[in-house]
Amino acid sequence: MSTITRAEAPELTPAPETKPPRRRGRWTPYWLLLPGILWLVVFFALPMLYQASTSVQTGSLEEGYKVTWHFATYWDALSQYWPQFVRSVLYAASATILCLLLGYPLAYLIAFRAGRWRNLIMILVIAPFFTSFLIRTLAWKTILADGGPVVGALNALHVLDLTNWLGWTAGDRVLATPLAVVCGLTYNFLPFMILPLYTSLERIDPRLHEAAGDLYAQPFTTFRKVTFPLSMPGVVSGTLLTFIPAAGDYVNADLLGSTDTRMVGNVIQTQFLRILDYPTAAALSFILMAAILLMVTLYIRKSGTEDLV
Amino acid sequence: MEQYEPDRLTPAQAAATRRSLRNGRASLTRRSLLRASAGGALTAGGLGALSACGIPAAGRTAGGTAAEDHSAKEKVVNFSNWPEYIDVDSSGKRHPTLEAFARRTGIQVKYTEDINDNSEFFGKIKPQLAAGQDTGRDIIVLTDWLAARLIRLGWAQKLDPSNLPHAYTNLSPQFRNPDWDPGRAYSYPWQGISTVIAFNRKALDGIEVKSVSDLLDNPRLKGRVGFLSEMRDSIGMTLLDMGKDPAHFTDDDFDAVIARLQKAVDKGQIRRFTGNDYTSDLSKGDLAACVAWGGDIVQLKADSPDVDFVIPASGYMTSTDNMLIPNKARHKTNAERLIDFYYEPEPAAELAAYINYVSPVDGVKPYLAKIDKSAADNPLIIPDKAMAAKSHAFRSLTQKEETAYEEKFAKLTGA
Repeated sequence: MSTITRAEAPELTPAPETKPPRRRGRWTPYWLLLPGILWLVVFFALPMLYQASTSVQTGSLEEGYKVTWHFATYWDALSQYWPQFVRSVLYAASATILCLLLGYPLAYLIAFRAGRWRNLIMILVIAPFFTSFLIRTLAWKTILADGGPVVGALNALHVLDLTNWLGWTAGDRVLATPLAVVCGLTYNFLPFMILPLYTSLERIDPRLHEAAGDLYAQPFTTFRKVTFPLSMPGVVSGTLLTFIPAAGDYVNADLLGSTDTRMVGNVIQTQFLRILDYPTAAALSFILMAAILLMVTLYIRKSGTEDLV
Repeated sequence: MEQYEPDRLTPAQAAATRRSLRNGRASLTRRSLLRASAGGALTAGGLGALSACGIPAAGRTAGGTAAEDHSAKEKVVNFSNWPEYIDVDSSGKRHPTLEAFARRTGIQVKYTEDINDNSEFFGKIKPQLAAGQDTGRDIIVLTDWLAARLIRLGWAQKLDPSNLPHAYTNLSPQFRNPDWDPGRAYSYPWQGISTVIAFNRKALDGIEVKSVSDLLDNPRLKGRVGFLSEMRDSIGMTLLDMGKDPAHFTDDDFDAVIARLQKAVDKGQIRRFTGNDYTSDLSKGDLAACVAWGGDIVQLKADSPDVDFVIPASGYMTSTDNMLIPNKARHKTNAERLIDFYYEPEPAAELAAYINYVSPVDGVKPYLAKIDKSAADNPLIIPDKAMAAKSHAFRSLTQKEETAYEEKFAKLTGA
């Protein structure tokens, strides 16, 4: 307000009092950033540095570990454990696709058709987060138990014959097979897919749908040409939020899987805690990180979106 | 008994320790913290930092293993144990034996159930112990092999036998001389663990299971057999089955066992290698038979009558969870008094009646019979002569062997 009155007045004196506040303000953004930066340094940058250092060390618990720039650890880790890497990517990708197939219709329903049920359905989507990750996963052991109704029904419908033929299951059971692990991953990360999809769908102006209808577009054409392209940011961020944690997950493979379903996360855990081979564990973590970073970069390039969420 | 020299500090040493804590290099002031963090920030930029953060060798902790003993001034003892591994009263909140100890000695026990997994717990306490710092715990309970590793690394304190009269007299003979701690200089068992074969009668449907060979070879059990992810238990049981002694075996014997198990894994005979979570699989019948821990089976049997166990003719594995005092613990004497307390027959009986593992205390049987007759007659809690004769322990491993074996076993289990 004061600047306006001053501007109206003839410019006899330059406003000297405007300068000091501006100088004081120059550092304000940095001060405000400081807690965030400190947080990142302490909980991200330093641990990363520490792990990077560990990955090029050699030694043992008794003799201590020294940095010897032993980069061969990376090659050894990769050549020994590449099957688990491939498996992790396959499982995570399958779970991501399943999440998208299950999550998109649901997010669409919540955004456009749910009406007054919208909040209730949203709560139902988030509700599993109220219990622990471990409990949710263990619950699937009861649901998919060998003698349970689910496996009984799948057997009666000969679905398991098909999945056996595909190599997803073995014998008359679902637990301790790749199928169980992928289902567990899908279930546990589904909300991470639905929430970004919902936010991007909900933002779409319903009048665009009406306009498409006015231009004689069939409902499916409307979806293909209007809704889906506009929801792409949600699809991209949803797939990333699902794929990245799923690729590093080890709980599902441990509880729902067997010896032939172990993922990279399990290898890292075993190397770090049981074999005490810290360099290999650190190297595996970095390879996983690099692989995911590479895949994500390519994916974002390909899908051509910079605008996530 | 006389051979153990308690690591007591002379008054001069104690004073030096105090001084170094208050104003020496180790003292943590605000300025030293600032300097340290500034130093960290400066080096963080360069590659030099990568070389700077090696992990120091274990065992060479500056200033010895003991800290000043605050037992007399602070009447507490910090006790870290596994979940559901102590008696609980009907309210579910109080531990009668710990309260009895507090009433008698005036020492309050801060009881924490923060050990869920040996390997994980080692990862948790390793940084402090490697740096020669107090972990904040006076007693920790670790399974044989990890207890052996801590002693090997010099991270556990030698116990003072003069504070442990009951423990010394009442310790069951079979636990007296493990090769990793002869004469129990550093550790005393909390409970013994029998590794046996358990089965679900309904799921077996008439199939006979008497040995590890039955588990590995019977095609009718395909995909319904479980082994333990604890290397020594699974390997030990299979070694016995192959006629080898787990207390004296060679690298070749180990490889033979791995090959045998690998064959079973490859043909889909073994469903999973599990920790304690096999219990729900077994009671549901998803596992028809598995290698299992005796204490779990006593509890499972009470809930589901189909579950039972068998001791293979070739023998079974026994191990112990051991109480140790980590380096730099503040209340060593209090901790020793607590260890000794659990070797008096009454508290030992109360504990055994509640948690159903093998009691390491000799002469506990009549006291246990007074509380629970069936527990006293259960060979999984008080092993009878015939059973004790079949008990075997896994030999201690050198660090090199441990790494190699764990790696081979990890490959077998898929990672």
